[in-house]
Amino acid sequence: MLNYISGIMPALLSGTRMTLSIFFWTLICSIPLGALVGLGLITKFKPLAWILNLYVWLMRGTPLLLQLIFVFYGLPLLKPYAIIFPRYQAALFAFILNYTAYFGEIFRGGFQSVPRGQFESAKVLHLSYPQTIRKIVIPQVVKIVLPSIGNEVINLVKDSSLVYVIGLGDLLRAGNVASARDVTLLPLVLVGIIYLMLTAVCTIALRMIEKRSSVWR
Amino acid sequence: MLEVKNLTKKFEDRLVLNDLSITVPDDEILAIVGPSGAGKTTLLRCITGLETPNQGEFFWNGKQFDPKNNDLIGVVFQDYQLFPNLTVMQNITLAPTMVKKEPLKEVKKRAEQMLTQLGLQGKEDIYPFQLSGGQKQRVAIVRAMAMNPKILCYDEPTSALDPALRDEVAKIILGLKQSEGMTQLVVTHDMDFAKNIADQIERVKALS
Repeated sequence: MLNYISGIMPALLSGTRMTLSIFFWTLICSIPLGALVGLGLITKFKPLAWILNLYVWLMRGTPLLLQLIFVFYGLPLLKPYAIIFPRYQAALFAFILNYTAYFGEIFRGGFQSVPRGQFESAKVLHLSYPQTIRKIVIPQVVKIVLPSIGNEVINLVKDSSLVYVIGLGDLLRAGNVASARDVTLLPLVLVGIIYLMLTAVCTIALRMIEKRSSVWR
Repeated sequence: MLEVKNLTKKFEDRLVLNDLSITVPDDEILAIVGPSGAGKTTLLRCITGLETPNQGEFFWNGKQFDPKNNDLIGVVFQDYQLFPNLTVMQNITLAPTMVKKEPLKEVKKRAEQMLTQLGLQGKEDIYPFQLSGGQKQRVAIVRAMAMNPKILCYDEPTSALDPALRDEVAKIILGLKQSEGMTQLVVTHDMDFAKNIADQIERVKALS
């Protein structure tokens, strides 16, 4: 059995690499974008808030699987404005679009829970709006949203398995292939263990970040 | 000398301040008293630029100024509104270094002096949640003073403090008048406190 495991490990690890790559790039892009969307959702400029609300509703209101299919198979059909993404880029685009919406909602809640008095306090000290956001608001918001962001981060590890639908070879797909070929569940058990390890690392990292931000209250 | 002329403020249709004028000579303390809902805080918020009056003009030493954009006025809020994510020292140095681009070293030196004066030495590196109410208020005063205002405004400085600390605040306010020659506006509903500190008392009555 050990022989069998070491035989399929390279395939599983290469799948893990795809999973991690989707995971990291989605996080790196969609967290800052989500913060911007969150700010936009509470703007007094109503048309922008309205458009962003529509976007959030679309992204949260339909399955991510469906969005992946639309981005990869659907956008190329939009003649004469066809947008053709290679598989990997299509997957990233859909994931970033989807996760930015969720993060946007989380950040909106975060921004709204910073007391008005903090803004007024910054205002009478003549801090500019960008200075206020950067030095006062963002640090407070990060602390507030951290647990919710953590949830989404863990979800993302697992959601990344949806990329199989547009033919990308991620961890779950690698396990599936081996499982079907060799008529055994063992590869899928390994897949489960690898996912558990990935989420464990995320959990520990998130705990550490939360701990660091608890020096103030 | 601070002059406020013909200040009128309405919320929707409710008239809160009607054609109010006040004058505060240099180095003096004006207490604004009145029952709750009379518009004391609104008056202060108009002067500090947090509320836009429907009408009214503001002068410092005869020169008109815009409450929303000047470096004359410092504010100490009722609930202090220190920035919880910054240490005591960072709370104080943030605005002078970022807004006025003053060198951190100099601001720090000044801040340390003021903190020591107000009995807060050794608290520089702790966070606001580790301070008592009275200490938070003194930090808020130092933070406002660090911007070198000409006028310092307080909103209900005694409302969250126990009676013993009330006299402490009075001492601090009177001390600033003496040592810095600060012109100060104090909104309060506490008549005894007002009489203790003020050179002049302005009574605001509820209009509707």
